[in-house]
Amino acid sequence: MRPVAVIGIGKTAFGAFPDRDLRSLAVEAGRKCMEDAHVKPSQVEAFYLGNFAGPSFVGQNHLAPYIAGAMDITGVPCTRFEAACASSGSAFFHAVSAVGAGLYDVVLVGGVEKMTSQPTPKVTEILAGAGDMCGEGRAGATFPALFAMIARRHMYQYGTTREMLAAVAVKNHANGAKNPQAHMRKVITMEQALGGKPIADPLTVYDCSLISDGAAAVLIVPLERASEFTDKPARVLGIAQTSDQVALDQKEDITTFKAVKEAAQKAYKMAGVTANDIQFAEVHDCFTIAEIVASEDLGFVKKGEGGPYALQGCTALNGPRPLNTSGGLKSKGHPVGATGVAQICDVVAQIRGEAGERQLQRHSLGLAQNLGGSGATAVVTILGAAA
Amino acid sequence: MSGTIYTETLIYAAPEQFVNDAPYQLAIVTLEDGKRLTARIASEKSGERVQIGDKVELAEYRDGIPFFRKV
Repeated sequence: MRPVAVIGIGKTAFGAFPDRDLRSLAVEAGRKCMEDAHVKPSQVEAFYLGNFAGPSFVGQNHLAPYIAGAMDITGVPCTRFEAACASSGSAFFHAVSAVGAGLYDVVLVGGVEKMTSQPTPKVTEILAGAGDMCGEGRAGATFPALFAMIARRHMYQYGTTREMLAAVAVKNHANGAKNPQAHMRKVITMEQALGGKPIADPLTVYDCSLISDGAAAVLIVPLERASEFTDKPARVLGIAQTSDQVALDQKEDITTFKAVKEAAQKAYKMAGVTANDIQFAEVHDCFTIAEIVASEDLGFVKKGEGGPYALQGCTALNGPRPLNTSGGLKSKGHPVGATGVAQICDVVAQIRGEAGERQLQRHSLGLAQNLGGSGATAVVTILGAAA
Repeated sequence: MSGTIYTETLIYAAPEQFVNDAPYQLAIVTLEDGKRLTARIASEKSGERVQIGDKVELAEYRDGIPFFRKV
Protein backbone atom coordinates (compact mmCIF):
# COMPACT_ATOMS: atom_id res chain seq x y z
CA MET A 1 0.00 0.00 0.00
CA ARG A 2 1.39 3.45 -0.86
CA PRO A 3 1.69 5.91 2.06
CA VAL A 4 -1.23 8.30 2.63
CA ALA A 5 -1.25 11.80 4.16
CA VAL A 6 -3.90 14.07 5.64
CA ILE A 7 -3.57 17.45 3.92
CA GLY A 8 -6.66 19.25 5.15
CA ILE A 9 -8.93 19.37 8.20
CA GLY A 10 -12.21 21.19 8.87
CA LYS A 11 -14.79 21.07 11.66
CA THR A 12 -17.91 22.88 12.70
CA ALA A 13 -18.30 23.79 16.35
CA PHE A 14 -20.10 20.99 18.21
CA GLY A 15 -23.26 21.87 20.12
CA ALA A 16 -27.04 22.12 19.97
CA PHE A 17 -27.88 24.19 16.89
CA PRO A 18 -31.66 24.39 16.38
CA ASP A 19 -31.23 26.65 13.34
CA ARG A 20 -28.84 24.37 11.48
CA ASP A 21 -29.77 21.36 9.36
CA LEU A 22 -27.62 18.26 8.79
CA ARG A 23 -26.51 19.27 5.31
CA SER A 24 -25.41 22.77 6.24
CA LEU A 25 -23.20 21.38 9.02
CA ALA A 26 -21.58 18.81 6.74
CA VAL A 27 -21.07 21.39 3.99
CA GLU A 28 -19.45 23.87 6.41
CA ALA A 29 -16.94 21.24 7.57
CA GLY A 30 -16.24 20.10 4.00
CA ARG A 31 -15.69 23.63 2.68
CA LYS A 32 -13.41 24.55 5.61
CA CYS A 33 -11.40 21.41 4.91
CA MET A 34 -11.06 22.11 1.17
CA GLU A 35 -10.04 25.68 1.96
CA ASP A 36 -7.47 24.45 4.47
CA ALA A 37 -5.90 22.19 1.81
CA HIS A 38 -6.36 24.63 -1.11
CA VAL A 39 -8.39 21.97 -2.93
CA LYS A 40 -11.22 22.84 -5.33
CA PRO A 41 -14.40 20.72 -5.40
CA SER A 42 -13.54 19.70 -8.98
CA GLN A 43 -10.32 18.08 -7.74
CA VAL A 44 -12.13 15.72 -5.33
CA GLU A 45 -12.18 12.20 -6.82
CA ALA A 46 -14.42 10.53 -4.22
CA PHE A 47 -16.46 11.47 -1.13
CA TYR A 48 -16.70 9.10 1.82
CA LEU A 49 -19.27 10.05 4.46
CA GLY A 50 -19.76 8.68 7.95
CA ASN A 51 -23.26 9.05 9.37
CA PHE A 52 -25.03 6.85 11.90
CA ALA A 53 -28.71 7.67 11.80
CA GLY A 54 -29.59 10.63 9.59
CA PRO A 55 -32.70 8.82 8.33
CA SER A 56 -33.93 8.34 11.95
CA PHE A 57 -32.83 11.69 13.37
CA VAL A 58 -33.89 13.97 10.50
CA GLY A 59 -35.68 11.75 7.96
CA GLN A 60 -33.08 12.26 5.23
CA ASN A 61 -31.53 9.42 3.28
CA HIS A 62 -29.12 9.25 0.32
CA LEU A 63 -26.85 11.50 2.32
CA ALA A 64 -23.48 11.28 0.56
CA PRO A 65 -24.49 12.71 -2.85
CA TYR A 66 -26.95 15.04 -1.05
CA ILE A 67 -24.07 16.65 0.87
CA ALA A 68 -21.47 16.39 -1.89
CA GLY A 69 -23.79 18.06 -4.40
CA ALA A 70 -24.19 21.04 -2.07
CA MET A 71 -20.38 21.39 -2.11
CA ASP A 72 -20.33 21.26 -5.94
CA ILE A 73 -18.84 17.78 -5.89
CA THR A 74 -20.64 15.68 -8.52
CA GLY A 75 -19.80 12.97 -11.02
CA VAL A 76 -17.68 10.98 -8.57
CA PRO A 77 -18.41 8.10 -6.16
CA CYS A 78 -20.17 9.46 -3.04
CA THR A 79 -20.93 6.83 -0.41
CA ARG A 80 -22.25 6.75 3.14
CA PHE A 81 -20.72 4.44 5.77
CA GLU A 82 -22.66 3.35 8.86
CA ALA A 83 -20.91 1.69 11.79
CA ALA A 84 -22.72 3.22 14.78
CA CYS A 85 -20.41 5.68 16.58
CA ALA A 86 -17.50 4.50 14.42
CA SER A 87 -19.26 5.50 11.19
CA SER A 88 -16.76 8.14 10.11
CA GLY A 89 -13.80 6.21 11.49
CA SER A 90 -14.90 3.44 9.16
CA ALA A 91 -15.35 5.90 6.26
CA PHE A 92 -11.80 7.15 6.92
CA PHE A 93 -10.39 3.61 7.04
CA HIS A 94 -11.98 2.74 3.70
CA ALA A 95 -10.91 6.03 2.11
CA VAL A 96 -7.30 5.54 3.24
CA SER A 97 -7.44 1.97 1.91
CA ALA A 98 -8.68 3.21 -1.48
CA VAL A 99 -6.04 5.94 -1.79
CA GLY A 100 -3.39 3.54 -0.51
CA ALA A 101 -4.41 1.01 -3.14
CA GLY A 102 -4.11 3.63 -5.88
CA LEU A 103 -7.83 3.93 -6.75
CA TYR A 104 -7.88 7.71 -6.18
CA ASP A 105 -5.50 10.54 -5.31
CA VAL A 106 -7.69 13.25 -3.72
CA VAL A 107 -10.46 12.03 -1.41
CA LEU A 108 -12.70 13.98 0.95
CA VAL A 109 -13.90 12.15 4.06
CA GLY A 110 -16.72 13.66 6.09
CA GLY A 111 -18.73 12.80 9.17
CA VAL A 112 -21.94 14.38 10.40
CA GLU A 113 -24.79 13.90 12.85
CA LYS A 114 -27.74 16.14 13.67
CA MET A 115 -29.13 14.76 16.95
CA THR A 116 -30.70 17.56 18.96
CA SER A 117 -33.91 17.96 16.94
CA GLN A 118 -35.32 14.88 18.74
CA PRO A 119 -36.28 14.68 22.45
CA THR A 120 -33.84 12.74 24.65
CA PRO A 121 -35.95 9.52 25.05
CA LYS A 122 -36.22 9.33 21.23
CA VAL A 123 -32.43 9.92 20.87
CA THR A 124 -31.86 7.16 23.45
CA GLU A 125 -34.08 4.83 21.43
CA ILE A 126 -32.35 5.61 18.12
CA LEU A 127 -28.91 5.10 19.68
CA ALA A 128 -30.06 1.78 21.21
CA GLY A 129 -30.45 0.58 17.61
CA ALA A 130 -26.64 0.29 17.49
CA GLY A 131 -27.06 -2.70 19.81
CA ASP A 132 -28.90 -6.00 19.32
CA MET A 133 -32.56 -5.03 19.06
CA CYS A 134 -33.69 -8.69 19.28
CA GLY A 135 -31.88 -9.20 22.60
CA GLU A 136 -30.49 -6.44 24.81
CA GLY A 137 -32.49 -3.72 23.04
CA ARG A 138 -35.79 -5.55 23.40
CA ALA A 139 -35.09 -6.05 27.12
CA GLY A 140 -34.78 -2.27 27.56
CA ALA A 141 -31.01 -1.71 27.32
CA THR A 142 -29.78 1.77 26.51
CA PHE A 143 -26.20 2.64 25.60
CA PRO A 144 -25.58 4.18 29.02
CA ALA A 145 -26.92 0.91 30.49
CA LEU A 146 -24.55 -1.25 28.42
CA PHE A 147 -21.55 0.83 29.51
CA ALA A 148 -22.87 0.92 33.10
CA MET A 149 -22.80 -2.89 33.05
CA ILE A 150 -19.23 -2.76 31.70
CA ALA A 151 -18.33 -0.32 34.50
CA ARG A 152 -19.92 -2.55 37.17
CA ARG A 153 -17.96 -5.56 35.98
CA HIS A 154 -14.72 -3.54 35.73
CA MET A 155 -15.26 -2.32 39.30
CA TYR A 156 -15.92 -5.89 40.44
CA GLN A 157 -12.88 -7.41 38.72
CA TYR A 158 -10.32 -4.64 39.16
CA GLY A 159 -11.46 -2.46 42.04
CA THR A 160 -12.15 0.52 39.78
CA THR A 161 -13.99 3.23 41.75
CA ARG A 162 -16.55 5.96 41.09
CA GLU A 163 -13.76 8.51 41.74
CA MET A 164 -11.68 6.99 38.93
CA LEU A 165 -14.60 7.31 36.52
CA ALA A 166 -15.25 10.87 37.66
CA ALA A 167 -11.57 11.77 37.19
CA VAL A 168 -12.00 11.13 33.46
CA ALA A 169 -14.96 13.52 33.31
CA VAL A 170 -13.18 16.24 35.32
CA LYS A 171 -10.07 16.01 33.10
CA ASN A 172 -12.02 16.02 29.81
CA HIS A 173 -14.11 19.00 30.89
CA ALA A 174 -10.91 20.87 31.86
CA ASN A 175 -9.56 20.23 28.33
CA GLY A 176 -12.84 21.04 26.60
CA ALA A 177 -13.12 24.34 28.45
CA LYS A 178 -9.98 25.38 26.51
CA ASN A 179 -11.40 24.24 23.14
CA PRO A 180 -13.31 27.03 21.37
CA GLN A 181 -15.24 24.45 19.29
CA ALA A 182 -16.32 22.27 22.23
CA HIS A 183 -20.01 21.72 23.04
CA MET A 184 -19.74 22.11 26.83
CA ARG A 185 -16.92 24.51 27.75
CA LYS A 186 -17.41 24.08 31.45
CA VAL A 187 -14.90 23.08 34.13
CA ILE A 188 -16.43 20.64 36.62
CA THR A 189 -15.24 19.54 40.07
CA MET A 190 -14.87 16.00 41.39
CA GLU A 191 -17.83 16.68 43.74
CA GLN A 192 -20.06 17.72 40.82
CA ALA A 193 -19.01 14.69 38.77
CA LEU A 194 -19.76 12.33 41.66
CA GLY A 195 -23.10 13.96 42.46
CA GLY A 196 -24.60 14.06 38.97
CA LYS A 197 -28.10 12.92 38.14
CA PRO A 198 -28.17 9.10 37.82
CA ILE A 199 -28.58 7.81 34.26
CA ALA A 200 -27.76 4.10 34.60
CA ASP A 201 -26.14 3.10 37.87
CA PRO A 202 -23.17 3.58 38.47
CA LEU A 203 -23.04 6.17 35.64
CA THR A 204 -24.34 9.69 36.20
CA VAL A 205 -24.96 12.41 33.65
CA TYR A 206 -21.29 13.45 34.05
CA ASP A 207 -20.14 10.00 32.94
CA CYS A 208 -22.02 10.27 29.65
CA SER A 209 -20.96 12.01 26.45
CA LEU A 210 -23.15 14.74 25.02
CA ILE A 211 -25.98 14.65 22.49
CA SER A 212 -24.60 17.02 19.87
CA ASP A 213 -24.92 18.40 16.36
CA GLY A 214 -21.75 18.74 14.33
CA ALA A 215 -19.61 17.76 11.39
CA ALA A 216 -15.96 17.18 10.53
CA ALA A 217 -13.97 16.55 7.35
CA VAL A 218 -10.47 15.62 6.26
CA LEU A 219 -8.77 15.46 2.87
CA ILE A 220 -6.33 12.70 2.08
CA VAL A 221 -3.86 12.20 -0.79
CA PRO A 222 -0.91 9.90 -1.48
CA LEU A 223 2.05 11.14 0.59
CA GLU A 224 4.07 11.75 -2.58
CA ARG A 225 1.57 14.44 -3.64
CA ALA A 226 1.07 16.06 -0.22
CA SER A 227 3.55 18.89 -0.85
CA GLU A 228 1.39 20.14 -3.75
CA PHE A 229 -1.25 21.12 -1.19
CA THR A 230 0.38 21.83 2.18
CA ASP A 231 3.71 22.26 3.95
CA LYS A 232 2.38 20.49 7.06
CA PRO A 233 0.99 17.10 6.05
CA ALA A 234 0.30 14.42 8.65
CA ARG A 235 1.11 10.91 7.58
CA VAL A 236 -1.20 7.95 8.24
CA LEU A 237 1.42 5.61 9.66
CA GLY A 238 -0.92 2.81 10.66
CA ILE A 239 -4.64 2.11 10.47
CA ALA A 240 -6.94 -0.85 11.11
CA GLN A 241 -10.65 -1.56 11.41
CA THR A 242 -11.83 -4.70 13.18
CA SER A 243 -15.12 -6.14 14.42
CA ASP A 244 -16.70 -8.24 17.15
CA GLN A 245 -20.16 -9.44 18.22
CA VAL A 246 -22.76 -6.65 18.46
CA ALA A 247 -24.52 -7.88 21.61
CA LEU A 248 -22.68 -7.26 24.88
CA ASP A 249 -23.92 -10.58 26.28
CA GLN A 250 -22.16 -12.44 23.44
CA LYS A 251 -18.71 -11.22 24.53
CA GLU A 252 -16.63 -13.45 26.76
CA ASP A 253 -15.13 -10.61 28.82
CA ILE A 254 -16.95 -7.28 28.77
CA THR A 255 -14.18 -5.40 30.61
CA THR A 256 -12.16 -5.31 27.39
CA PHE A 257 -12.96 -4.52 23.76
CA LYS A 258 -11.38 -7.31 21.75
CA ALA A 259 -11.88 -5.37 18.52
CA VAL A 260 -9.94 -2.38 19.90
CA LYS A 261 -7.05 -4.57 21.05
CA GLU A 262 -6.85 -6.25 17.65
CA ALA A 263 -7.10 -2.98 15.72
CA ALA A 264 -4.40 -1.44 17.91
CA GLN A 265 -2.03 -4.35 17.41
CA LYS A 266 -2.52 -4.21 13.63
CA ALA A 267 -2.06 -0.44 13.52
CA TYR A 268 1.07 -0.55 15.71
CA LYS A 269 2.55 -3.25 13.50
CA MET A 270 1.80 -1.31 10.31
CA ALA A 271 3.33 1.86 11.79
CA GLY A 272 6.34 0.02 13.23
CA VAL A 273 5.74 1.51 16.68
CA THR A 274 4.63 0.26 20.09
CA ALA A 275 2.07 1.62 22.55
CA ASN A 276 4.89 3.22 24.53
CA ASP A 277 5.88 5.37 21.54
CA ILE A 278 2.44 7.03 21.30
CA GLN A 279 2.74 10.54 22.75
CA PHE A 280 -0.95 11.45 22.90
CA ALA A 281 -4.32 10.10 21.79
CA GLU A 282 -7.93 10.94 21.12
CA VAL A 283 -9.87 7.98 22.54
CA HIS A 284 -13.56 7.13 22.34
CA ASP A 285 -14.88 8.30 25.73
CA CYS A 286 -18.58 7.85 24.94
CA PHE A 287 -18.71 7.09 28.69
CA THR A 288 -15.98 7.63 31.28
CA ILE A 289 -15.48 3.87 31.67
CA ALA A 290 -14.79 3.65 27.93
CA GLU A 291 -11.71 5.92 28.26
CA ILE A 292 -10.41 3.76 31.11
CA VAL A 293 -10.93 0.57 29.09
CA ALA A 294 -9.36 2.22 26.00
CA SER A 295 -6.18 3.10 27.91
CA GLU A 296 -5.90 -0.61 28.75
CA ASP A 297 -6.88 -2.03 25.35
CA LEU A 298 -4.47 0.31 23.53
CA GLY A 299 -1.68 -0.98 25.77
CA PHE A 300 -0.92 2.30 27.56
CA VAL A 301 -1.38 0.47 30.88
CA LYS A 302 -1.89 -3.13 31.98
CA LYS A 303 -5.40 -4.59 32.22
CA GLY A 304 -7.20 -3.22 35.26
CA GLU A 305 -4.85 -0.25 35.77
CA GLY A 306 -6.76 2.26 33.65
CA GLY A 307 -8.68 3.63 36.62
CA PRO A 308 -5.69 4.56 38.81
CA TYR A 309 -3.91 5.87 35.65
CA ALA A 310 -6.76 8.38 35.16
CA LEU A 311 -7.07 9.26 38.85
CA GLN A 312 -3.33 9.96 39.16
CA GLY A 313 -3.46 12.54 36.36
CA CYS A 314 -1.32 10.55 33.90
CA THR A 315 -3.74 11.37 31.07
CA ALA A 316 -4.06 15.12 31.78
CA LEU A 317 -2.70 17.83 29.45
CA ASN A 318 0.47 18.01 31.59
CA GLY A 319 0.63 14.26 32.23
CA PRO A 320 2.97 11.74 30.62
CA ARG A 321 0.35 10.61 28.09
CA PRO A 322 -2.42 13.14 27.45
CA LEU A 323 -5.73 11.60 26.35
CA ASN A 324 -8.48 13.64 24.69
CA THR A 325 -6.80 17.04 24.66
CA SER A 326 -9.86 18.16 22.64
CA GLY A 327 -12.14 17.52 25.62
CA GLY A 328 -13.20 14.18 24.18
CA LEU A 329 -16.74 13.09 23.46
CA LYS A 330 -17.55 14.07 27.04
CA SER A 331 -16.93 17.80 26.67
CA LYS A 332 -16.18 18.47 22.99
CA GLY A 333 -19.41 16.65 22.17
CA HIS A 334 -20.42 13.47 20.35
CA PRO A 335 -22.37 13.96 17.12
CA VAL A 336 -21.91 10.24 16.61
CA GLY A 337 -21.34 10.09 12.85
CA ALA A 338 -18.85 12.98 13.01
CA THR A 339 -16.76 11.67 15.88
CA GLY A 340 -14.26 9.43 14.05
CA VAL A 341 -13.20 12.11 11.58
CA ALA A 342 -13.28 14.80 14.30
CA GLN A 343 -10.74 12.73 16.24
CA ILE A 344 -8.47 12.64 13.16
CA CYS A 345 -8.83 16.46 12.88
CA ASP A 346 -7.88 16.86 16.56
CA VAL A 347 -4.82 14.61 16.29
CA VAL A 348 -3.67 16.38 13.11
CA ALA A 349 -4.15 19.80 14.77
CA GLN A 350 -1.78 18.69 17.58
CA ILE A 351 0.75 17.33 15.08
CA ARG A 352 0.67 20.64 13.19
CA GLY A 353 1.10 22.60 16.43
CA GLU A 354 -2.28 24.32 15.99
CA ALA A 355 -4.02 23.22 19.20
CA GLY A 356 -3.85 26.64 20.87
CA GLU A 357 -4.05 26.59 24.66
CA ARG A 358 -4.11 22.79 24.54
CA GLN A 359 -0.97 22.43 22.42
CA LEU A 360 1.35 19.71 23.67
CA GLN A 361 5.15 19.90 23.73
CA ARG A 362 5.51 16.34 22.43
CA HIS A 363 3.17 16.11 19.47
CA SER A 364 4.83 14.23 16.60
CA LEU A 365 3.11 10.83 17.09
CA GLY A 366 -0.59 10.54 17.97
CA LEU A 367 -3.35 7.96 17.89
CA ALA A 368 -7.12 8.06 17.34
CA GLN A 369 -9.42 5.30 18.58
CA ASN A 370 -13.04 5.19 17.38
CA LEU A 371 -15.53 2.67 18.81
CA GLY A 372 -18.87 1.55 17.38
CA GLY A 373 -21.64 0.35 19.68
CA SER A 374 -20.40 -1.61 22.67
CA GLY A 375 -17.31 -2.66 20.73
CA ALA A 376 -18.58 -4.34 17.55
CA THR A 377 -16.56 -1.95 15.38
CA ALA A 378 -13.18 -0.47 16.23
CA VAL A 379 -10.93 1.77 14.16
CA VAL A 380 -7.44 2.70 15.34
CA THR A 381 -5.33 5.20 13.41
CA ILE A 382 -1.75 6.27 14.08
CA LEU A 383 -0.70 9.62 12.66
CA GLY A 384 2.68 11.26 12.61
CA ALA A 385 4.42 14.36 11.35
CA ALA A 386 5.52 13.70 7.76
CA ALA A 387 9.27 14.29 7.93
CA MET B 1 -34.01 -21.62 33.87
CA SER B 2 -31.55 -20.28 36.41
CA GLY B 3 -28.14 -18.66 36.54
CA THR B 4 -25.82 -16.12 38.13
CA ILE B 5 -25.68 -12.34 37.74
CA TYR B 6 -22.61 -11.48 35.59
CA THR B 7 -23.27 -7.72 35.68
CA GLU B 8 -26.18 -5.35 36.25
CA THR B 9 -27.36 -1.74 36.17
CA LEU B 10 -30.33 0.28 37.32
CA ILE B 11 -31.68 2.34 34.41
CA TYR B 12 -33.09 5.79 35.18
CA ALA B 13 -33.00 7.30 31.66
CA ALA B 14 -35.08 4.89 29.58
CA PRO B 15 -35.70 4.67 25.86
CA GLU B 16 -39.06 6.00 24.71
CA GLN B 17 -40.97 2.70 24.91
CA PHE B 18 -39.84 1.97 28.50
CA VAL B 19 -40.10 5.46 30.03
CA ASN B 20 -42.96 4.36 32.30
CA ASP B 21 -40.93 1.43 33.68
CA ALA B 22 -37.98 3.54 34.90
CA PRO B 23 -36.13 3.03 37.10
CA TYR B 24 -35.71 -0.64 36.22
CA GLN B 25 -32.88 -3.11 36.68
CA LEU B 26 -31.23 -4.80 33.70
CA ALA B 27 -28.69 -7.60 34.03
CA ILE B 28 -26.61 -10.05 32.06
CA VAL B 29 -27.20 -13.51 33.48
CA THR B 30 -24.76 -16.40 33.04
CA LEU B 31 -27.01 -19.44 32.64
CA GLU B 32 -26.18 -22.92 33.88
CA ASP B 33 -24.92 -24.00 30.45
CA GLY B 34 -22.50 -21.03 30.38
CA LYS B 35 -24.48 -18.98 27.84
CA ARG B 36 -25.33 -15.39 28.66
CA LEU B 37 -28.65 -13.59 28.39
CA THR B 38 -29.66 -9.94 28.85
CA ALA B 39 -32.74 -9.85 31.09
CA ARG B 40 -34.84 -7.65 33.31
CA ILE B 41 -35.03 -8.17 37.06
CA ALA B 42 -38.56 -8.59 38.41
CA SER B 43 -38.74 -6.40 41.47
CA GLU B 44 -42.16 -4.74 41.44
CA LYS B 45 -43.30 -6.21 44.76
CA SER B 46 -40.07 -6.46 46.71
CA GLY B 47 -38.15 -3.55 45.23
CA GLU B 48 -35.31 -6.04 45.34
CA ARG B 49 -32.06 -5.37 43.49
CA VAL B 50 -29.57 -8.02 42.48
CA GLN B 51 -25.77 -7.80 42.55
CA ILE B 52 -22.94 -9.54 40.67
CA GLY B 53 -22.74 -13.15 41.85
CA ASP B 54 -26.37 -13.45 42.99
CA LYS B 55 -28.23 -16.62 42.00
CA VAL B 56 -31.37 -15.89 39.96
CA GLU B 57 -34.15 -17.86 38.28
CA LEU B 58 -36.54 -17.11 35.44
CA ALA B 59 -39.75 -15.62 36.82
CA GLU B 60 -41.67 -15.09 33.58
CA TYR B 61 -41.60 -13.77 30.03
CA ARG B 62 -43.45 -10.50 29.39
CA ASP B 63 -43.84 -9.52 25.73
CA GLY B 64 -40.96 -11.87 24.98
CA ILE B 65 -38.67 -10.25 27.55
CA PRO B 66 -37.20 -12.61 30.19
CA PHE B 67 -37.67 -11.42 33.79
CA PHE B 68 -35.46 -13.04 36.45
CA ARG B 69 -35.73 -12.92 40.25
CA LYS B 70 -33.34 -13.67 43.09
CA VAL B 71 -33.39 -17.28 44.29
